[in-house]
Amino acid sequence: MTPLLAALPPVTVQHYLLLSGLLFAVGLVGVLFRRNIIIVLMCLELMLSAANLAFVAFSRVHGNLQGQVMVFFSIAVAAAEAAVALSIIIALYRARGGVDVEDAAEMKG
Amino acid sequence: MAELLGKLTAAMGTYGPAVLFYGVAGLVLASAAYAVVAKKIDHSAFSLMACFTGVAALYAMLGSDFLAVTQVIVYVGGIMILIVFGVLLTDRLPVEYRQISRETVVQGLAVAVPVMAALVWAAAGTSWPVVAEAAAAAAPPAAGGTDPGTTAAIGKLLLTDYLFPFEFASVLLLVALVGAARMARGGAK
Repeated sequence: MTPLLAALPPVTVQHYLLLSGLLFAVGLVGVLFRRNIIIVLMCLELMLSAANLAFVAFSRVHGNLQGQVMVFFSIAVAAAEAAVALSIIIALYRARGGVDVEDAAEMKG
Repeated sequence: MAELLGKLTAAMGTYGPAVLFYGVAGLVLASAAYAVVAKKIDHSAFSLMACFTGVAALYAMLGSDFLAVTQVIVYVGGIMILIVFGVLLTDRLPVEYRQISRETVVQGLAVAVPVMAALVWAAAGTSWPVVAEAAAAAAPPAAGGTDPGTTAAIGKLLLTDYLFPFEFASVLLLVALVGAARMARGGAK
């Protein structure tokens, strides 16, 4: 088991940044592909989380806390965003009877 | 048996952080991917909950205990519960799953793949400074001493350097909550 584990490269900030980039891309795929607005909202939160992860990784590298304070504010804004977005979704559901992106296509050119 | 256990413990001591990182990173990526592709929206929601918990674990591994706790409380305990309520209030049963058109797939991939390539290239191709990491490894916290953590320091920063953004965020949250309640109640125009 040990030789197998020794093949693992030591974890550096690069790994966290790679993970953050991949998470961001996964969230982006969800935002672009899914039709249900609630899933789009969840994927947006995922992308925010990916960016937060990069902030924390940089905060660790530079040895100061400013990145973490930034993430704290980002989480607060994400909470506000989720509350407003869900109320919009519920209003949309009342008005249109569905929560797919096609249900809000009046402004489509 | 005891010998094997001792070897395993020693291996975990040396490689534990790496194993933990790759395990949690795999969990986070897998649950995020499942949240994106799941046909049932509640599966998506619960998979995303696992993903956010994993991200909290990553915060803890990066030494930011305060943010790990905040992440669990706000994302897992707050935002995801809110989203599950949103699902319950708007979902029609049975859930229909519209097929994604080929056009959407092509256009979506045309955006997502370059973005991912750019992010991966930037993360992997840059030589990031490792000053603080090296310093932390060179001077581990004194044995037996308690790690002060980051909470007190972040609290000080929030009430000194970042006092205005802090107060502004509280006003923002208040406005968002009142506005959300007003909008979701609807009715009386």
